[in-house]
Amino acid sequence: MSSVRVLVGTHKGAFILTSDSKRKKWKVSEPLFAGWEVYHMNGSSRNPNRLYASQSTGWFGQMIQRSDDGGKTWEPVGNKFIYEGVPGTHLWYDGTQHPWEFKRVWRLEPSLTDPDTVYAGVEDAAMFRSTDGGQTWNELAGLREAKGHLWQPGAGGMCLHTIILDPVNPQRIFIAISAAGAFRTEDGGQMWKPINQGLGSGELPDTSAEVGHCVHNLAMHPSNPNVLFMQKHWDVMRSDNAGDSWSEVSGNLPSDFGFPIAVHAHEPNTIYVVPIKSDSEHFPPDGKLRVYRSRRGGNEWEALTNGLPQSDCYVNVLRSALAVDTLDSCGIYFGTTGGQVYASSDSGDSWMPIASNLPAVLSVEVQTLP
Amino acid sequence: MIRVQLPYHLQTLARVGREVEIQIEGVATLSLVIDALETQYPMLRGTIRDYVTGQRRDFIRFFACGQDMSLDPLDTPLPDAVAAASEPFRIVGAMAGG
Repeated sequence: MSSVRVLVGTHKGAFILTSDSKRKKWKVSEPLFAGWEVYHMNGSSRNPNRLYASQSTGWFGQMIQRSDDGGKTWEPVGNKFIYEGVPGTHLWYDGTQHPWEFKRVWRLEPSLTDPDTVYAGVEDAAMFRSTDGGQTWNELAGLREAKGHLWQPGAGGMCLHTIILDPVNPQRIFIAISAAGAFRTEDGGQMWKPINQGLGSGELPDTSAEVGHCVHNLAMHPSNPNVLFMQKHWDVMRSDNAGDSWSEVSGNLPSDFGFPIAVHAHEPNTIYVVPIKSDSEHFPPDGKLRVYRSRRGGNEWEALTNGLPQSDCYVNVLRSALAVDTLDSCGIYFGTTGGQVYASSDSGDSWMPIASNLPAVLSVEVQTLP
Repeated sequence: MIRVQLPYHLQTLARVGREVEIQIEGVATLSLVIDALETQYPMLRGTIRDYVTGQRRDFIRFFACGQDMSLDPLDTPLPDAVAAASEPFRIVGAMAGG
């Protein structure tokens, strides 16, 4: 019988939530890495018991943890993230150039074919790769040559937060960096190209700027890797040509600001966002926590509210805190800054809390186990 | 032999108790103690000193014999009582965070 494992990274540790395929009764693990920030925890699709976790604090820096038994036990692996060569500089708030400085790992993305190969997206923005199960890390420094001197940190830091590996073309990878934009490589990570045409970021004087767009999250359905969906600082966007150009699909959303975006596991044109009132307030509109679903790849959205708080709710859902399982019907999961994790086992039609009192949730990933 | 006391999170990371013992050849300095500690517990690399600068991380403090040695040069010899193992060398996570 299939089961589901939900990997939850929080502000004060990580938790693993498990259920059978009915997804009605859930077990919450003891805290993992208690007291540490866990920005992301993710599993290998080739070997689901191989998990990686990014563990950090302002006191002791960055750790990477690895499990080979589905999260029962963990071992610290390599935490040496050194930028290749002379790190160089990027744009600072006052217009001067500022040296690249490693701060933390935001994203861990295991290879689709090799459990020992894993990518790390870090702050200050850069991409690293390990081919030995996380023991050693090497930067894919070509990314920072894609106009890196013009990247400027946003309020959340200059973080590389999204990594999407193309399941059809293993040489193609998409990434996104806060306040810099989206980027694509066609050669496995050596050379990168900004893919931000059409993003038109609000009050930016140069709306066609190659970089400088605040991309919050990207999503792709594995059956259709040329179609990308984006939640930007403002606007929900869609590309039908692997990011070469983008068009807005915010449609009737109550707010087109938000952080995460996800695609239904079995319907490549069904997407989910969680609108947030504004960048100034970071609340759900009207105090109502609503996931919005479009079955047409954008523009036409319906509010999903059944089981979600519809009054006095002022939590946020961060960019990495929305994920799907691959069961039928598709399960949708998200975590909030209030420490709740909500799940839907019917593609979003109804929801239930599967954990209610965790620390602020930073990330949610889901593994569907055979 | 040098007695080194670790903060809670480094104890859990290294899976040790509050105090560990390390061996130093010659005069025990701050940097030699940390070198030996990292050799004995490799998972602590990068948690006390920054990998790039080699400097103490911002919220780590070094205490010994009632003295704050955090700002001392890393080649500073430890007090005799620490070198004689009658007093511990303390690595402390600073009380910070509001």
